Amino acid sequence: MASKLPKPPLEHSASGAGAAASEAHAAPPKGILRWLLTTNHKEIGSLYLIFSLIMFFIGGIFALVVRLELFQPGLQFVDPEFFNQMTTMHGLIMVFAAVMPAFTGLANWMIPLQIGAPDMALPRLNNFSFWLLPVAFILLLSTLLMPGGGPNFGWTFYAPLSTTYAPPSTTFFILAMHIAGISSILGAINIIATILNMRAPGMRMMDMPLFVWTWLITAFLLIAVMPVLAGVITMMLLDINFGTSFFDAAGGGDPVLFQHLFWFFGHPEVYIMILPAFGIVSAIIPTFARKPLFGYASMVYATASIAILSFLVWAHHMFVVGLPLVAELFFMYTTMLIAVPTGVKVFNWITTLFQGSITFETPMLFALAFVVLFTIGGFSGLMLAIAPADFQYHDTYFVVAHFHYVLVPGAIFSIMAGVYYWLPKWTGHYPSETLGRWHFWLSVIGVNLTFFPMHFSGLAGMPRRIPDYALQFADFNLVSSLGAFLFGLSQLLFVVVIVKCVRGGEKAPAKAWEGAEDLEWSVPSPAPLHTFETPPHVTPQPHP
Amino acid sequence: MSPVQRTVSRTLVVLVAMFAFAFALVPLYDVFCRITGLNGKVDTTAQALVHEEVDASRYVTVQLVTRSGSGLPWRLEVEQRQLRVHPGQAVEVGFTFVNQSEAPQWGRAVPSVSPSNANRHLRKVSCFCFEEQRLEAGERLELPLVFQLARDLPPEVNTVTLVYTLYPVERGALALTPRDPGSSSDGGDA
Repeated sequence: MASKLPKPPLEHSASGAGAAASEAHAAPPKGILRWLLTTNHKEIGSLYLIFSLIMFFIGGIFALVVRLELFQPGLQFVDPEFFNQMTTMHGLIMVFAAVMPAFTGLANWMIPLQIGAPDMALPRLNNFSFWLLPVAFILLLSTLLMPGGGPNFGWTFYAPLSTTYAPPSTTFFILAMHIAGISSILGAINIIATILNMRAPGMRMMDMPLFVWTWLITAFLLIAVMPVLAGVITMMLLDINFGTSFFDAAGGGDPVLFQHLFWFFGHPEVYIMILPAFGIVSAIIPTFARKPLFGYASMVYATASIAILSFLVWAHHMFVVGLPLVAELFFMYTTMLIAVPTGVKVFNWITTLFQGSITFETPMLFALAFVVLFTIGGFSGLMLAIAPADFQYHDTYFVVAHFHYVLVPGAIFSIMAGVYYWLPKWTGHYPSETLGRWHFWLSVIGVNLTFFPMHFSGLAGMPRRIPDYALQFADFNLVSSLGAFLFGLSQLLFVVVIVKCVRGGEKAPAKAWEGAEDLEWSVPSPAPLHTFETPPHVTPQPHP
Repeated sequence: MSPVQRTVSRTLVVLVAMFAFAFALVPLYDVFCRITGLNGKVDTTAQALVHEEVDASRYVTVQLVTRSGSGLPWRLEVEQRQLRVHPGQAVEVGFTFVNQSEAPQWGRAVPSVSPSNANRHLRKVSCFCFEEQRLEAGERLELPLVFQLARDLPPEVNTVTLVYTLYPVERGALALTPRDPGSSSDGGDA
């Protein structure tokens, strides 16, 4: 494996991209063109991250519109049609425009640095896959201004709600999702090609940092399921505009088929949003515990097991559609099985902390909060996995509480942890520790105030996706709304921290954190535009 | 081919295969549902009546449910909402279609059977659901359903529900007619 790795890609990068780069860099384009034409993985990584941050705020504003309306029972601020558009757009933007591009951005920045590669394997494709994103999401957001409004059928866009009964703008929604899907597919191809072909000489697969491993597995998931999503929305397009009946019972189609196809994509998709998070946390916890990660190999195998199991659990989203008993049992057991590899991961993180010399810098705070709060989300997932109980929980706020616990203090906290962890490498300055702590504590309090009461309102029977609710849920919703505004506003601190860190601050050395061991800490801080033009030689470290 | 090109072409193959797989799932799902009887899908072709001894020791309740309200201003009624039949017995039930609109229209009744494990033991000898119907404005049409429950119907099945849902059929034109929920309530529950 190792012998055939380094030579050809390095020649390629030296003769092809390298030479072209040195010519181009003789007169680098100025202003906006520099960013439009860049093929540098660090610049593209930054573009992804900035895009994702902007979308995080747009999706956040939509969420706050929802929480504002739900602050009190009754209809106060928006009409129900617009409310539905807000819930839908919040979900779509957060999933496809905030979380996924943020992980791709981190992958662009860090994977070449962590495996000792000079750039991504396909730099021009990399540029293309980023610039598809603004196109896709400007198109998606523009549907809000169209006659009939934007998508209003929930981020899961179940047919026939999204076909027969959908607003006319749905065709634009489909196009936007196609473009975003192509972008993630191209990003995934690039990441696979980079990881498999461009590792530094001497770095075997089992020497790769876990962030690289989790992203490799995530990229395979993307390759496997994004085409299925593309297929589903193509069928929707045909149903809406060309008179086919894939999901229309009148023409012999079946709406339940939509749900099977959607969740065959959708369940792996939720792991696409959490596996890279596992990788980030697996980098940060050993650094600040000053101990090697406990159970490296088991972490890799657990990630792979979760990825494989993710294809066998999709119908647990559909327990109430009338599945036969055998199917209910099958999907219940496979879903519960996922708790095993996930538990392996949680115990490995805890064991890594055991007897470590732990310090609590901001990245570590976010990583520890991830472990605790993600586990709460995991447990409520186990509750939902129990098919007979799910008949009570289905489509209630309990589900909303569950997936927000795994996505907000799960995926998003891990992204924030990663940003705080790698900011010294990106900017050459440490982020402000004081502001970072404020940001962390306000976020933790905000997240829990927002989402914990949703467990209770859900168990008491409050349905999802409604603009008004019965009076007995008023107190829980009041707390949730207050928490949401606290969480939303405290993210402004995050922007302040980042801007201050880019502009200046305490200078960071190459190895910015005392316990950090991966390859990215061997290049200077800030990382120069071109790194590892001569590949580093990696001496494999035996894993404990 | 460089290693990078090889990796990329392999991933592209997977990509195309998965896209094709999504479309292949549509007929596969249909076949799967028909074979297993899951999802209430039934054969839409007539089956032969099997002359077998009627199991007089056992009664099965057959419920007949009709539904309209998908934008077709028709009414579908069944002469008996509930029957008690013996397995092996051939039964005929009359259904009445009424077009309540001012225009001739095509429609069809889409069948569904529950529980799904009764599906393979239900033989429909004749059913209006095998074909589409055309009704003139205000026309009233009586059509029969002839079915038989096989003697090997699983013993735990005591009730079989047959559901017929009316849907409009757009003949000759692919363009979808605008479907507003208002029009369905006109004819649906009348």
